[in-house]
Amino acid sequence: MLEGALLLAALATGDPQAGEAIYPRCAACHALTYDRVGPRHCGLIGRPAGSVAGFEYSPAMKRSKLTWTRENLERFLADPVGTVPGTTMTYAGVPDAKERADLIAFLTNAKCK
Amino acid sequence: MSSFLSIPNPTAARRLFLGRSGLLLSGAAVALLAGRDVLAAKAGDSKAADAQILNTALGAELEAIAAYQVGAESGLLQKPVLALALQFQGHHREHADVLAKTVQKLGGKPVVAKSKYSFPVEGLKVQADVLRFAASLEQGAVSAYLGAVPLFANRDLSKAAASILGDEAMHWAVLRNALGENPVPSAFVS
Repeated sequence: MLEGALLLAALATGDPQAGEAIYPRCAACHALTYDRVGPRHCGLIGRPAGSVAGFEYSPAMKRSKLTWTRENLERFLADPVGTVPGTTMTYAGVPDAKERADLIAFLTNAKCK
Repeated sequence: MSSFLSIPNPTAARRLFLGRSGLLLSGAAVALLAGRDVLAAKAGDSKAADAQILNTALGAELEAIAAYQVGAESGLLQKPVLALALQFQGHHREHADVLAKTVQKLGGKPVVAKSKYSFPVEGLKVQADVLRFAASLEQGAVSAYLGAVPLFANRDLSKAAASILGDEAMHWAVLRNALGENPVPSAFVS
């Protein structure tokens, strides 16, 4: 419970502008408004994992039963392969907690229209 | 023509050298990624996991090939830049080829190119837009390979992925330079 509260507090410090500067790291596979090797990020927060219509997810992601709350996204970004074994997002993760918070703040506030 | 020494002029020599170098590099890349017998001896789980990492990279390489094709056919690239874009596309083709062969060697099924890709073509109005788009893909590719390197069970594959990372970082730097930006903005990539 304390851990959850600390995580929420850390996420609250996220800076969307700093996150925007980090987001280009995702650009090999993701875009905000359209699907690429990875699914689109617009509408991510609150979306059930594996649910973008027409996108071909890994079986692991489809059966993960995750919803992309900011907390779950934080865990996933820290260790994608460890959080959802079998994910096709074969990426070591974003090790810096502040950078994860910034990225999540950007994704939460991204302009999608 | 069997030797560089028998070539009549420096231009022809350079052309042949570059051509041969490409072949040699391709051969080395294949050796790095696909030519090691030790790969076949690795345990099944780690082979499957390594194949998945390579397949994700392959998907991104195939998309990059398609993106450069869009750029090349846009009519927005001037001649020297167009040649550069086609050269970079050729590198991505080489990466994709060797990645696909390695996935197969590891017992996996290589992903194939999508029949249709989404690209922000409506935002491509001038040459700089195309260069900026390509630079963003190359920057992302550098980060993606950087994130993949530590995940491989087989360290030969980490080395090979780092080799591709280096190539794509050079693409990114050249594209930034063409845009009039600092080609190497920091001491580290992330």
